[in-house]
Amino acid sequence: MSESNEFVKKVAEKKYEFGFTTDIHTEIIDKGLNEDVVRLISEKKGEPEWLLEFRLKAYRYWLTQQQPSWAHVHLPEIDYQAISYYADPTAKAKKGPNSLEEIDPELMKTFDKLGIPLEERLALSGTAVDAVMDSVSVKTTFKEKLSEKGIIFCSISEAVREYPDLVKQYLGSVVPYRDNYFAALNSAVFSDGSFVYIPKNTRCPMELSTYFRINARNTGQFERTLIVCDEGSYVSYLEGCTAPQRDENQLHAAIVEIVVMDNAEVKYSTVQNWYPGDAEGKGGVLNLVTKRGELRGTNSKLSWTQVETGSAITWKYPSCVLRGDNSQAEFYSVAVTNNHQEADTGTKMIHLGKNTRSTIISKGISAGKSQNSYRGLVRVGKNADFARNYSSCDSLLLGSECGAHTFPYMDVHNNTATVEHEATTSKINEDQLMYCNQRGISTEEAVGLIVNGYAKEVINKLPMEFAVEAQKLLSVSLEGTVG
Amino acid sequence: MKSEQQYIDLYGEAADIIKSKSCPVMNALRDTAFETFRSQGFPTRKVERYRYTDVEAAFAPNYGVSLSPLTIKPSPYIFNLKDAPEDIAALYGSVADSKDPITALNTALVHETLLVHVTRNTKVDAPITIDYWLRGEAATMMNRRILILMETGAEATIIINDHAADKQRFLSTQVIEVICRDNAHLDMYEIEETTPLCSRFSNVYIREGRDCSVKHNSITLFNGQTRNLCDVYLQGENSEVTLNGCAIASANQCIDNNTLIDHQVPNCQSTELYKYVVDDKAVGAFAGKILVEKGAQHTSSQETNANLCASPDARMYTQPMLEIYADDVKCAHGSTVGVMDEAALFYMRQRGIPETEARMLLKNAFMGQVIDQIKDEPLRARLYVKVEKRFRGELDKCEDCRLCK
Amino acid sequence: MLEIRNLHATVGGKEILKGIDLTIKDGEIHALMGTNGAGKSTLSNVIVGNPSYEVTEGSITFNGKDLLAMKPEERAREGIFMSFQTPIEIPGVSMTNFMRAAVNARRETQGKEPLKSTDFLKLMREKRKLVEIDQKLMNRSVNEGFSGGEKKRNEIFQMAMLEPSFCILDETDSGLDVDALRIVAEGFNKLRSADTSAMVITHYQRLLDYIKPDVVHVLIGGKIVMTGGPELAQKIENEGFDWIKETLA
Repeated sequence: MSESNEFVKKVAEKKYEFGFTTDIHTEIIDKGLNEDVVRLISEKKGEPEWLLEFRLKAYRYWLTQQQPSWAHVHLPEIDYQAISYYADPTAKAKKGPNSLEEIDPELMKTFDKLGIPLEERLALSGTAVDAVMDSVSVKTTFKEKLSEKGIIFCSISEAVREYPDLVKQYLGSVVPYRDNYFAALNSAVFSDGSFVYIPKNTRCPMELSTYFRINARNTGQFERTLIVCDEGSYVSYLEGCTAPQRDENQLHAAIVEIVVMDNAEVKYSTVQNWYPGDAEGKGGVLNLVTKRGELRGTNSKLSWTQVETGSAITWKYPSCVLRGDNSQAEFYSVAVTNNHQEADTGTKMIHLGKNTRSTIISKGISAGKSQNSYRGLVRVGKNADFARNYSSCDSLLLGSECGAHTFPYMDVHNNTATVEHEATTSKINEDQLMYCNQRGISTEEAVGLIVNGYAKEVINKLPMEFAVEAQKLLSVSLEGTVG
Repeated sequence: MKSEQQYIDLYGEAADIIKSKSCPVMNALRDTAFETFRSQGFPTRKVERYRYTDVEAAFAPNYGVSLSPLTIKPSPYIFNLKDAPEDIAALYGSVADSKDPITALNTALVHETLLVHVTRNTKVDAPITIDYWLRGEAATMMNRRILILMETGAEATIIINDHAADKQRFLSTQVIEVICRDNAHLDMYEIEETTPLCSRFSNVYIREGRDCSVKHNSITLFNGQTRNLCDVYLQGENSEVTLNGCAIASANQCIDNNTLIDHQVPNCQSTELYKYVVDDKAVGAFAGKILVEKGAQHTSSQETNANLCASPDARMYTQPMLEIYADDVKCAHGSTVGVMDEAALFYMRQRGIPETEARMLLKNAFMGQVIDQIKDEPLRARLYVKVEKRFRGELDKCEDCRLCK
Repeated sequence: MLEIRNLHATVGGKEILKGIDLTIKDGEIHALMGTNGAGKSTLSNVIVGNPSYEVTEGSITFNGKDLLAMKPEERAREGIFMSFQTPIEIPGVSMTNFMRAAVNARRETQGKEPLKSTDFLKLMREKRKLVEIDQKLMNRSVNEGFSGGEKKRNEIFQMAMLEPSFCILDETDSGLDVDALRIVAEGFNKLRSADTSAMVITHYQRLLDYIKPDVVHVLIGGKIVMTGGPELAQKIENEGFDWIKETLA
């Protein structure tokens, strides 16, 4: 008993590695949200009229809506007027940085410290990076090399300027601004994020990656990412996130939209490690994200893989609309919650096309006083003949004060469909721990091993470098977790 | 006018009459219950536990409220609550969730309560049977209430039949409260065989003490629109509960079962098995939550929901839920919506069995898994026959019912 | 009895049978041998009408009737019976109910009344003895929890119940030990009348020691490449298929 208390204590003492702040001149607009702020953001980004209209429509819609309360989290009341909606750490460089020389060395150092070198020669092998701090994309590497193949990889702000037709065609086509409260908010005030376009019959030669960092105080980050993978193409995209340790909650309300055409395949991987708040539950990022991919083409494939260890509150359901016949979707998730963290995450698989298949593998791990929920919807539409879904959701509980919950919804409107869901909840296997102990492995280490083994099915889906990082993160997040 | 208004008006007009036909313990809760109902109205589909049933639409037609008295054949176990001793009568309303709008409406409108009382250490051999008949010349609303008290060490089987006697629109609300004192064992069956003109809203609340076992079976053989809620509160250690359900829907029938098993204390077990066969344009819905409260260690729980959609227009919604606040538990749920085993179908056809017959046999086998678990032998035999007849389309009225000709 | 002409069939879009011609007369037993994947099981599945197989060309007539126009159950009621290579388990459907449905469906085609319950159970008892199958198995669901040998015996038992005029034994010998093989084969021999025909699919001579074929066919690559008497089976047992392939090359 005392040992398990010890364990709980240790977990609570776990430190957040990326909690430092960057001291840099950042242009921050005044706090508060109104139509003028929306106009100001649009103006600062030099956006065309149609985009301003889009933002304003979204803003007006948002005003009519209420913050959703159905998730199994205690979302604090957010004072939307106490947040600044635009923070630009690159403001000194006037027109936005285009070459390394123009980037403030402090920014370079920050990303170096986060393990994200912006110099191409230092890059992780085969990975191009778009680095976003607060509201602005700092640098996108390997742009030129990619453009040789006709691949567009840049910040969404740049895409609005350089490829307005593509952006106009696809922006909001997967996640309309009316989709939900936070999607409306994001559509009104989104700042930066990445834009990816893979032309027909192109296999993207390197992993594309965006690294998000919140730095400035009292700002919200409203990233917007749009990925379009045209016929017969393939891309693997990675996303990482961190934020400094602050006492106040930081708001992160993002949208990711993915369009997958005939015979195309997109893999989207996330390692989310936003600041989770301290042991008493103070501070931390409110991670309220709408991610959705539409499998428009026949034989298209989309795979979401996520490792969620950070954020005070996670509200996130990366989803797939399987519109094309024979399309295939996957959702692989590991969510770890500790201390006072609350996660309500899962997916939606909407089967519309014939012979569509989806797989959901979710692993929840709760420790401390945290609450960890899987929430998922599998819907089979009337015309989705022979659709198949398999879902498996397992929860692991470490400690008697946390919670693990499973809320799957299955709506089946087709009698040729097969939908299967199974879920289990249990505590960490003491025999396994004992076995490890007997072989001289400390309990702390054993927990890390066992949890990693438990999450392996998901971790294996990640690209190599990410998988290593995710494994470390899992062990660190749960250091000392069982007595 | 929203449909709750007519019930609000009705209460204003009829409360005194209802009260005059009722008893003090029931009247004591009536006005508060009405206020609860009035303030929230009927639940919309946005209310989580009511997302699969359009309650307002079901209550919208104009029904006359039946105030006919209970007929109780002399029995050592069945009473009218108004004749019950004070300490037992005081249990009325103590288990039901008074905030639930259907329970609130029932509490406001119901005029009599049937009491099933099995005294200390009494083992009742023959099943205690309660037959409800929906009767009426015009569209009629019935509000039914049962209080089941199983004293320490009591054992009984209770069968509650819901029949419709006339081809008429009927709306019924029902609240059943079950109290199992320590070491009580209850085997309980609710069997609905009504008509497509019937709407049924039933809320069952079961409270278990220590070392109890309760088996609740919800069997919907024929109906119109059915909404069954069953909540179980495990409040004493070493108790167990089994919730089983068999739902067969065809034509435009709707069956919505919503269950909650609340593990409040350690060392309890729960098992749940609900099976549906939905045909034609029918809609099936199942939502079952297993709640393991903080400290309810060594809970073991297994929930299974399996469904067959037998026609292109049939719809099935399923929502198995686990909400767990204790770590030393073993909980699992599984849910499937599937098609018939094509290989098995073919094997049967190769033996010369016509396809429709083969499908019938497979549906029957599928449901058999629930019926197999019925302990009461005569009831089990009867249900095998009924389920098969149902799948053959031969059960469009309750066949052993002397009133239906 | 059975006439197959230029039969082509596909499964999952892949052509397996590439023009089969085969005539089986009343009372004849034909053995069908061939390498794995040659199309033996496909041929038997096509004859009984498994919906997973598609006939793209050719015809099958059975006692002068167009078999391909019939549903699987109609073919069965015409007297075609297949002993499956791997009989499927059907949980929840008792052997008794299953057999009763099958027997009565057959009787209906013959214009007979359904059997009375007592008569049916008597029939079950009689036939059970023929193949030495345990009564306990009859109380279970169809094939559920049966051993490999019990499943095969159960197939022959069903054959006894249904009294078919044409039987397909699809690798009935696989997974059987010598004693079980003898019981199953002897059961088959006891059951067949002078007019009963059969198509026996096997890899081995040993089944043919019990069930003596009149004609032996070799199926390779979706075609019948050689036809002979019982001595052909013996030769294959000793020498394999390679020599046949060489004569084709």
